[in-house]
Amino acid sequence: MGNVMKTILYIIQKEFKQIFRNKGMLPIIFVMPILQLVILSNAATFEVKNIKFGFIDKDHTSTSRALVEKFNASTYFDVLTDFSSEALASASMLKGEVDVLLNIPQYFERDFQKDKYNTLGVTINAIDGAAAGLENVYITQIVQRFNQNLKVDLMQITDQQVQAINIETIPLFWYNETLNYKTFMVPGILVLLVTMITLFLSGMNIVREKEIGTLEQINVTPIKKSQFIIGKLFPFWVIGMGLLTVGLILAKVIFNVPMIGSLPLMYLYTSVYILVVLGIGLFISNFVDTQQQAMFISWFFMVIFILMSGLFTPIESMPKWAQTITEFNPIKYFVEVMRMVMLKGSRFNDILPQLSKTALYAFVMNGLAVWSYKKTD
Amino acid sequence: MSIHNVIQVEGLTKKFGDFTAVNAISFKVEKGEIFGFLGANGAGKTTAMKMLIGISIPSSGKATVAGFDVFTHAESIKKSIGYMSQKFALYDDLTVKENITFFGGIYGLSRKRIRQKSAVLIEELGLEKVANKLVGALPLGWKQKLSFSVSMIHDPKIVFLDEPTGGVDPITRRQFWEMIYKAANQGITVFVTTHYMDEAEYCDRVSIMVNGKIEALDTPKKLKEQFKVANMNDVFLKLARG
Repeated sequence: MGNVMKTILYIIQKEFKQIFRNKGMLPIIFVMPILQLVILSNAATFEVKNIKFGFIDKDHTSTSRALVEKFNASTYFDVLTDFSSEALASASMLKGEVDVLLNIPQYFERDFQKDKYNTLGVTINAIDGAAAGLENVYITQIVQRFNQNLKVDLMQITDQQVQAINIETIPLFWYNETLNYKTFMVPGILVLLVTMITLFLSGMNIVREKEIGTLEQINVTPIKKSQFIIGKLFPFWVIGMGLLTVGLILAKVIFNVPMIGSLPLMYLYTSVYILVVLGIGLFISNFVDTQQQAMFISWFFMVIFILMSGLFTPIESMPKWAQTITEFNPIKYFVEVMRMVMLKGSRFNDILPQLSKTALYAFVMNGLAVWSYKKTD
Repeated sequence: MSIHNVIQVEGLTKKFGDFTAVNAISFKVEKGEIFGFLGANGAGKTTAMKMLIGISIPSSGKATVAGFDVFTHAESIKKSIGYMSQKFALYDDLTVKENITFFGGIYGLSRKRIRQKSAVLIEELGLEKVANKLVGALPLGWKQKLSFSVSMIHDPKIVFLDEPTGGVDPITRRQFWEMIYKAANQGITVFVTTHYMDEAEYCDRVSIMVNGKIEALDTPKKLKEQFKVANMNDVFLKLARG
């Protein structure tokens, strides 16, 4: 047993020396992720702001002007353009100069006073469906606040009719009360960085030894497969944990992301999670001959993992079959756990389902990796 | 089976699909012998050697190395052999000392033993001044000598050398062969492939492979008599041309 450990230590020692001697690699491992965390967390936001707003006022009354003024006062809308005709307005929307178009009909004020009821035409550029949905809500809210009896009549593009309802909703946002997107994004992006770096490093490491021919030299020694693999992966496990630490510090210092949950719990989960990623990386490297191939395959999985992780799009709105696939996405669990523990303060029992699935995943992937690593062919 | 035969091969064959890389070769190598394994490029030398060192499973035939079966005890063979490949296989980004320590370590040598070995080896190779330099910065000839010494760090019974002197200058080649003789004198069996026919003359016995088969096997002296030529170069040319 002592001998087994010693052999592993020799490999770990060698790997660390090689990693820290590689002048091209160190910045990739530590500087790039930090830059990405800072840039992406600030840039990736779901908020829809600076909506380019246009209107056609055929009424020219104090009521219609008051309504336009409501939009002007909103922080979501800017660049108010007054169009003299529908044709001009449509042309402008076609060019992308206007996102939202409000059409105030003639006799708007008169009809409204007479019937106590009226409709307004709203056209939304729905190329970005998610943004259009939000814009729709903003407009409806502004119009309703202007007068409960006004009905927004959404024209063209979407067939969604917005009904004027006289029930006011008072949203209460739990766990992220100010709806700060950074609070939401930083833990997620941190997850991506830890995953990407450990996957790429482990995926390319053994292939590199294949390329330079040292793997053959290792294969003619009596070293056991498991010793070699543990020795190879441990340094990357340490680097992954180091990245988590750097990322958490940045999240706190730069973004002031609340950390309600327990840090040890985050580390416990991450320590198991990184094993999954390393197992996948190693598994890939056993089936390819060059670092280039390893890189492409790692990217392939990375893109699927990221887009199906629930980080950018909610898993609940994916089709059933896609939801089934996400069950096999390690990033999904990591994102869930990080958000749960950091923002909600979830405890061990709360994340137990994710933790046990991740542990099983780690066991399977590393089993496959050891099995597929062949000293003999 | 004689206890003196450290390598015993019978009808060993390796096929890749329809292509037979090694075609039923048979030979024996005695303890302490320098066995030259010759053949043109693509004759199957490296493939045959890979089967003997336990990193390639033979398609058929029988072979034991250091008393262990290549089919069932490949990992036991690995404890008893050293191997130096055609491709330089030490770590360029580690120093001379670090390479020695690493390979000593994974062969299971104690720290004390590694220190001793390391000191002796560096002194013998005259690498004192570059012991803490990265191996990548050394000239090829030095690298090859280091590589040979590292492959014997665990005192193997047999050492397999795959074209160890390829691309090396004549003086270094000379020194390299002195190292081979020294190892053989200590009872280590040397199994060596080469393209240099003057080196073939240094071997105790020589086999020549043509298209996957061993076409000749004897001492250099007897081979020259058999083919009625003056040197090994002509023996090789006669055989390889068919």
